Amino acid sequence: MNLKNVLKSIVLTCLAVFSLNVSFANEKKTEENMEDAELDIIHHIKDAHEWHLWGPEHGGTTIYLPVILMDGGMKTFSSEELYDGNEVEALDEDGHDLGFKYVANTELGYGFIHEKIYKLNGEGKLNFSKEGHPENARPFDFSITKNTLSLFFGAILIIILTVTAASFYKKNGAVAPKGLAKFIEPLVVFVRDDVAKANIHGGKHEKYLPYLLTIFFFIFINNLMGLIPILPGGANLTGNISVTIVLAVFTLLITVLSGNKNYWSHIFAAPGVPIALLPIMIPIELVGILTKPFALMIRLFANMAAGHIIVLALISIIFVNQSAWWGFLSVPMALFISVLELLVCFLQAYLFAMLSALFIGAAVEEHHH
Amino acid sequence: MDLILPETGLMFWTGLVFVLLLFILTKFVWKPILNAVNTREQSITASLELAEKTKAEMMALQTQNENLLKEARAERDAIVREAKELSTSMIEEAKTTAKLEAEKIITSARESINNEKIAAIAELKVQIAEFSISIAEKVVREELTSDTKQTALAEKLAADFKLN
Repeated sequence: MNLKNVLKSIVLTCLAVFSLNVSFANEKKTEENMEDAELDIIHHIKDAHEWHLWGPEHGGTTIYLPVILMDGGMKTFSSEELYDGNEVEALDEDGHDLGFKYVANTELGYGFIHEKIYKLNGEGKLNFSKEGHPENARPFDFSITKNTLSLFFGAILIIILTVTAASFYKKNGAVAPKGLAKFIEPLVVFVRDDVAKANIHGGKHEKYLPYLLTIFFFIFINNLMGLIPILPGGANLTGNISVTIVLAVFTLLITVLSGNKNYWSHIFAAPGVPIALLPIMIPIELVGILTKPFALMIRLFANMAAGHIIVLALISIIFVNQSAWWGFLSVPMALFISVLELLVCFLQAYLFAMLSALFIGAAVEEHHH
Repeated sequence: MDLILPETGLMFWTGLVFVLLLFILTKFVWKPILNAVNTREQSITASLELAEKTKAEMMALQTQNENLLKEARAERDAIVREAKELSTSMIEEAKTTAKLEAEKIITSARESINNEKIAAIAELKVQIAEFSISIAEKVVREELTSDTKQTALAEKLAADFKLN
């Protein structure tokens, strides 16, 4: 009996158990479970003011993170005040019950729903639109959220890894690497040769190498941290658009600020294009400047978020069907996706750095005859 | 929709952390690592080049040695040959000189012998002549001792004259 047959019989057994369960289980309940799983997944993908460890969403083990608000001066308090405040039924402007609750902490003057903080109105309530969206103003929220904390962990890990590697050279001089340096050096050389040198020509790559190295390690390490299921990992940092937009903006700024005459002349007077076409071409080229980093932002965000969603969805199969037998199917599949994600982590870091180098390379390229 | 709307707070923290990271890593990590890697790569390239150069030099030296050896051998052969030639010619010359000298000596010896001979012959001739004269004197004296003998001789001599 080969491996293929073993796997086949496992899957068939799972299906048999599942069909038995379904016949007993309430169809409606399965649907409810699906919705719960969906909410859990979306909840995980988004940022939070707490670091939930285990147990139920309310009353489980969780780390409450500090909330920092800029609202006429800095206000700081624990997020416990928001999670454990008294819950109020959400009403729309006509007074109809919207069917969900939000936290209103009248003491602090803030309402809390879907991990977002709003200022309460004079009556200590939030105003909702008919579609159920809060309409109150929001204070500037600089809280140390789950992703922010994960960001700090990632940065510390990067510094520990790279500084240890760098101190090896300081101690031993330019010898063959050992220990951590043996792990860091190939990546550094890879970024230097295959990312920077390959895309930025004319010996200009050295100037941009620190940026490309930093962005590569930042994305790579934070991607990997996201794969660790428990603290200090597990946050969906690089799958958050706020993070990827900042990284993309850095690439955009560097590209635009280092663009030479040749680069701008291709945008404002593309050679070989009739002058009559320029009014059309210039806006297209200008949009092109923005679409490149925009694609970087979306690519990293979507890839990493998708990885987290797939793993969680596969694990959720067990809870949707309320049968541990499904673990025989969902755990191997989740493991497979997790291993695939290891590749994706590296690939996305490489792609982001490589495309950044490509855009910078195009901006500093000299005119060819 | 929340998923694709960036949050100011996280954007701020990301930007801050990234800039700090960029600064710290550039100053304390990337430069030392890249310097070490570059130095090592350069030293490896230099070592390889040196090895290649040494190899070429060794080859050149070997060829040079061989050439030197060849030259030395040729020179030795030439010297030997020259010496041989010289000795042969010297012997030849010596031989010729000796021959000439010998001939000269022989010739002069011959000459002197001849001269001696001639002188001896001449002396012999003189002495013979003297002897002959003395004999003839004695004969004549004898012949002339009596008148008859004188007359016979005169007659005979006269007959001889007539015959002539």
